[in-house]
Amino acid sequence: MTQIGLNHFLFVSTVLFCLGIFGIITRKNAVMVLMGIELILNSANINFIAFAKYGNFGYQGQIMALFVIILAAAEAAIALAIVLNIYKTFSTVNVDEIDTMKD
Amino acid sequence: MTGNNLIQIALIILFLPLLGFTVTLFLAKKVKKIFLFETFILIVSFILSVALVFFKLNYFSQTTFTGEVNWINLGSISIDLGVMVDNIAVLMIFVVSLISMLVHLFSIAYMHGDKRYNRYFAYLGIFTFSMNGIVFTHNILMMYIFWELVGLSSYLLIGFWFEKKSASDAGKKAFIVNRVGDLGFFSGILILFATYHTFTFDKIFHQISLGVIPFNSEFWLTVTGILIFAGAIGKSAQFPLHVWLPDAMEGPTPVSALIHAATMVAAGVYLIIRVFPILTGNALEFIAIIGALSAFIPATIAITQNDIKKVLAYSTVSQLGYMVMALGVGAYKFAFFHLVTHAFFKAALFLGSGSVIHAMHHEQDIRKMGGLRKKLPLTYATFLISTLAISGVPLTSGFLSKDGILAGTFAFGNLTGQWFFAFVGFLVALVTAFYMFRLVILTFHGEPRDKEKFDHAHESPFVMVMPLVVLATLSIFIWYTPNPFNPEQGWFLSKWVKAPTIVTPQDARYSFLKSDEIKPEANVPTVQNVPAQTTQEINGSEEEVTFSKTYTEAMEHAHIPAMMLSLGLAGIGILFAFMFYQWKKLDPDKLAEKINPLYKLSLNKWYFDEIYDATFVALTLGISKLFAWFDNYIIDGIVNGSAALTKQVSNFSGKFDNIVVDGVVNGAAYLSGIVGLMFRRLQTGKVQTYIVLVVFSLVIILFIFKSF
Repeated sequence: MTQIGLNHFLFVSTVLFCLGIFGIITRKNAVMVLMGIELILNSANINFIAFAKYGNFGYQGQIMALFVIILAAAEAAIALAIVLNIYKTFSTVNVDEIDTMKD
Repeated sequence: MTGNNLIQIALIILFLPLLGFTVTLFLAKKVKKIFLFETFILIVSFILSVALVFFKLNYFSQTTFTGEVNWINLGSISIDLGVMVDNIAVLMIFVVSLISMLVHLFSIAYMHGDKRYNRYFAYLGIFTFSMNGIVFTHNILMMYIFWELVGLSSYLLIGFWFEKKSASDAGKKAFIVNRVGDLGFFSGILILFATYHTFTFDKIFHQISLGVIPFNSEFWLTVTGILIFAGAIGKSAQFPLHVWLPDAMEGPTPVSALIHAATMVAAGVYLIIRVFPILTGNALEFIAIIGALSAFIPATIAITQNDIKKVLAYSTVSQLGYMVMALGVGAYKFAFFHLVTHAFFKAALFLGSGSVIHAMHHEQDIRKMGGLRKKLPLTYATFLISTLAISGVPLTSGFLSKDGILAGTFAFGNLTGQWFFAFVGFLVALVTAFYMFRLVILTFHGEPRDKEKFDHAHESPFVMVMPLVVLATLSIFIWYTPNPFNPEQGWFLSKWVKAPTIVTPQDARYSFLKSDEIKPEANVPTVQNVPAQTTQEINGSEEEVTFSKTYTEAMEHAHIPAMMLSLGLAGIGILFAFMFYQWKKLDPDKLAEKINPLYKLSLNKWYFDEIYDATFVALTLGISKLFAWFDNYIIDGIVNGSAALTKQVSNFSGKFDNIVVDGVVNGAAYLSGIVGLMFRRLQTGKVQTYIVLVVFSLVIILFIFKSF
């Protein structure tokens, strides 16, 4: 049984990050895209905690993670409001169909 | 009273009529009575000229005053404007002012009711101004300018009733015929200027007296003289350019009196008087021949004319011919004397005819007149006195001056053996007496031939009769000399008019004008450039002998026989006129039948108009047609051809523009469009695509920076 070290944490967070990116790119529903963003933010949180634990930084990492969680909550609120507005405008939340920027 | 004052008076006299002209012309339509202003100006001008004549002849009769202004200064050449006041000029200005004033007065009644009444007076004003300019000028350039101005006013006044085709044609004819002479005049001026670089008479005379002549040849001096004389041929209606003057009678009659009898036509004679010193013997002989022809031919025409004014017109040409001939044979003083006397009696005759025409309601044909003596007593009396004067009957002014001229031709014949001029002179004297009395008898004597018009005839109003009386009075001898048979004793010829100093080279003169017997010191004034308004007094020596004694003596010898002969001939002429027309002893119609060709020749005015129509006019028209053809086909062809060429070129260049240039421009636009379309694909507008690109780019950047 190997000792769980920094690399494991980083590996998990990388996987999480990649899943988040994958979710953002592939999902059509805007809400799912938002969830991808949440995954990315949480992968960043894991990195903060991991470096705080294995590095010699005191509690700065944990405090930063707390900030990120709060920021994620605020971001979720604003993003959902944007999604609502998108729905009002286009009658859909499918990001594939929203390409008025093209013209 | 000094010379300066005289110059100032002369300038005022010169410019007053111009003021009158300007004011009258511009106010002609607004102010009905503006003609009174013009007439007033002329009266003032006349009073001033009386003053000028009085002071000049009484106190300064030996002096010539000159005032000049530098007008144009071109390096070594300077052109001056100036006035010259000498005896001849003041006498001439007196004649012009007096007749002009009388004609103004006469016109007030004669032209009454004309629709362009005021304009008529304005024209008279500009004429008087121009004529004064000719009289006062001290250089030949100004002479030419005013020369053209009188030509203009003559044209305007001949064509005054321009609604009549004949009047407007006559105006044009006068103008064009004068141009022919003026061409010669101007060429002469140019030769003088090219040689002497000045236009001033005195300077030119001075240089000639020093021996400077055009092209160093006396021949060219002769040519110059003849060219300048050509101007006089035109203006004074001398043969062969006399054709315009009879036609000019289409103008109002007072105008005929002022311009075409008394003053303007005498300007030609005045010009020769001014340039007399430079005329060579050959030029003088040419002048004499022209004068003789002009005296003779119109006199023969006048016999058969039936228009009262036409007869007078031809007699004017004939009398002017006399003056020119007199100058040609060297009788300088008598030429000027005749100019003055003729101006008075011919103006009287013309105004008298105007009075008759006025009374007869514009009837000019003498065959329809007759018996007017009873209806127009004053007109008849003045007309008769003037007729006696022109016929050369003793106690009149015409007798004095004409005899002088005849004596001059006589003396000329005596000295050179050429009796031609004397012969012509005496013959014309006979003919003149005949046709003038024919005119008087047909108009005033006998029974009225047009009863209706005769009954309506009445004597003219005061303003018309008064000028007649004044002019007829001036046709009496007493004004010129106390001795009615010898003009040389009078103040006019002994004190006022002096023969000029001839400056031409000795061997170019008439043999009897050579100065071998003349005092050697030639009295030639030198004129420097002086500022405006300064005068120059040129003192003439007391015994100014310029003509050789032989000529003067010959003239004195010729005086008595010439007088006798001319008296006899005038008597015969008058007698024949009475025989033919008064007592009907002889029948003019039968005589006309007998010498039919001659009669026809005279009646048709020697066919001058026809000949000119057939030659010069036809030639001009032919040349014009040729030029018109050339213009229409050649010039227009070139123009149209070049236009067509230009059109083709622009067509081509238009196509080039459309296809090639526009093709390049549009092609470039199209190309960028294609490229744009290609790159447009990248911009999908979908958020996810951009994220993919971002992630992809991030991966690449990380890959790149990995190695650092």
